[in-house]
Amino acid sequence: MKTTSPPQPGERLLPARPGWPDATGHFGIFGGRFVPEALIAALDELTEAYEAMRVDPVFLTEFDRLQRDYTGRPSPVTEVERFAAHAGGARILLKREDLNHTGSHKINNVLGQALLTKRSGKTRVIAETGAGQHGVATATAAALMGLSCTVYMGEEDTRRQALNVARMRLLGAEVIPVTTGSRTLKDAINEAFRDWVTNVETTNYVFGTVAGPHPFPAMVRDFQRVIGDEAREQVLAREGRLPDAVLACVGGGSNAIGIFTAFVPDEGVRLIGLEAGGDGVETGRHAATITGGSPGVLHGARSYLLQDDNGQTIESHSISAGLDYPGVGPEHSYLHDIGRAEYRAVTDAEAMEAFALLCRTEGIIPAIESAHALAGAMVVGKELGPEALLLVNLSGRGDKDVETASRWFGLGDREDVDPGPGLDTDQQPTEGAVTQGDAVAGPDSGETA
Amino acid sequence: MSHLAERIAKAKAEGRAALIAYLPVGYPDVAGSIAAMIAAVDGGADIVEIGVPYSDPGMDGPVIQQAVDVAVRAGVGMRDVLRAVEAVAAAGAVPVVMSYWNPIERYGVERFATDLAAAGGAGAITPDLIPDEAADWMAAAEQAGLDRVFLVAPSSTAARLGSTTAACRGFVYAASTMGVTGTRATVSDAAQKLVARTRAAAPELAVCVGLGVSNGAQAAEVASFADGVIVGSAYVRELLEGRGADGVRALSEDLAKGVRS
Repeated sequence: MKTTSPPQPGERLLPARPGWPDATGHFGIFGGRFVPEALIAALDELTEAYEAMRVDPVFLTEFDRLQRDYTGRPSPVTEVERFAAHAGGARILLKREDLNHTGSHKINNVLGQALLTKRSGKTRVIAETGAGQHGVATATAAALMGLSCTVYMGEEDTRRQALNVARMRLLGAEVIPVTTGSRTLKDAINEAFRDWVTNVETTNYVFGTVAGPHPFPAMVRDFQRVIGDEAREQVLAREGRLPDAVLACVGGGSNAIGIFTAFVPDEGVRLIGLEAGGDGVETGRHAATITGGSPGVLHGARSYLLQDDNGQTIESHSISAGLDYPGVGPEHSYLHDIGRAEYRAVTDAEAMEAFALLCRTEGIIPAIESAHALAGAMVVGKELGPEALLLVNLSGRGDKDVETASRWFGLGDREDVDPGPGLDTDQQPTEGAVTQGDAVAGPDSGETA
Repeated sequence: MSHLAERIAKAKAEGRAALIAYLPVGYPDVAGSIAAMIAAVDGGADIVEIGVPYSDPGMDGPVIQQAVDVAVRAGVGMRDVLRAVEAVAAAGAVPVVMSYWNPIERYGVERFATDLAAAGGAGAITPDLIPDEAADWMAAAEQAGLDRVFLVAPSSTAARLGSTTAACRGFVYAASTMGVTGTRATVSDAAQKLVARTRAAAPELAVCVGLGVSNGAQAAEVASFADGVIVGSAYVRELLEGRGADGVRALSEDLAKGVRS
């Protein structure tokens, strides 16, 4: 049993990678590069720069200092006993990425890519954002490092997330509303790629998740794997054993890859990704890409995606904008196909029930994205029973979701509103017990996880 | 024998560059798009690049996106594309399909190759498929006797110009500017330089230039150094601005004069 402290400078990105991807970015049949030729030179250059920096002690020392002094790493692990009483008595540990600066795991990746940009001599970063979390994180890192920053955001999302737009502008970023296609995250990604191909000499694309063309899935994984590297040591130190299961929500999948990677070689540890089931996978209104999609090519890589018979991307649906994405990182598709990780869908209602429960039992307001992982833990805990030890990635905090949650539960507008049975945690919550209020709680918060 | 190479060689024998017109299937509707393609041929296009609508056209600028979006929403699919291929072949031009990769993969790579060949298509241009990822398509195209056109860009290294042109049959698509499709006031100097570098890598392969050409004068300029001139957004704009098949025919006539000047 190892009980050492988190990795020292120079070790941060170096733990042995899994045996994938291969040199050209393939995870089995998934991944690769499906982009216009004009981007290949930029992707090659980025790959080369990244591979050099990840073994460069100067880069690693600076990255480590930022993670510690700016982000506040390592993030703690918290046991949630009162919440766990609703999960079949299994013990539940939360990895507290919600306590990071800017409020989620997004900062881990953004600091790495922004530092890489600065040291590569480029002066500008661009990013896509769904509802603003990755955009805010990128704007934050750009401000810190003196880089110019442009964020692409679907026009619908700029309207619904005016607060995050204001945050990005306060941080000095330019926010460009995207009016093409479905005017959501996937179109923001298309627009960011168009910018990149036009301005590649000065600009790096800070991609927000473990999707996209090689090297993004591998690079973002390396920057996020600190979550699992820390958590594995923390759990061993306090419990003297590994968890039985590690759970995380999956949109694009960066927080999940971040916590899974350290545990991939631990065959006895189940890795469970919770996808956004929206109104239910059977309704077709969901974002459960692996559960309800099929392999194809989107945004530069082969992976599972939601598509119709003509190969057109289907719009996804989730209460959580961070999970509201019709694609998923190729490594998740691979982990699914080789059977190393399992993926399940959690509906909006189940996620909001878990959201309410964590608020009331533990005094922690989770991001709605992370509430999907909590809902998964309630089910898995009952399946595994009281002896089980579950590790759940609490990938972000829910400040950004207060308005959505208030609408969902019918709170906020009037003081005399009955919070509904879902908030009465003296009872065992049951499926569908949460008051759905006006069912307008759409994808208007969060970020691709 | 490559139908694309044959037609470009025929133009060359006439002392001119070939004119290649891009139009997406399904804008304003399937019948209207096929009528526009035939009008482009009537006006003087040698080759029609038949666009497969796709929900996430990462290489296209706002003009083409706007038209394609309508077609996607209308549910236009590969069956409609194959109808357009037959119509263009019947009109006397060489049809080549332009498709992002996912619609082809979803339709089935071998099935696509077989059906495209049966419809009289010369091959396909695949803007987001690089030869490194194209093993299945290369094999299927070879089997069906189809051309495959990949892209080169100003940022392509000498090594990539070599490997990409080696994978092409028919012609190589020189994406002349670092950016997306759309009309531009001037043709970039980068186009001529890219054509020269590409020729050096593959002296036997026709090099056609796309991105940014919108009128006869620009077509003439590009025709002075390239084997073919590809025009897309300018044609689509004729339809978006309501000038219909007549506008497309008039543009083709202007461009056809350009490639002959």
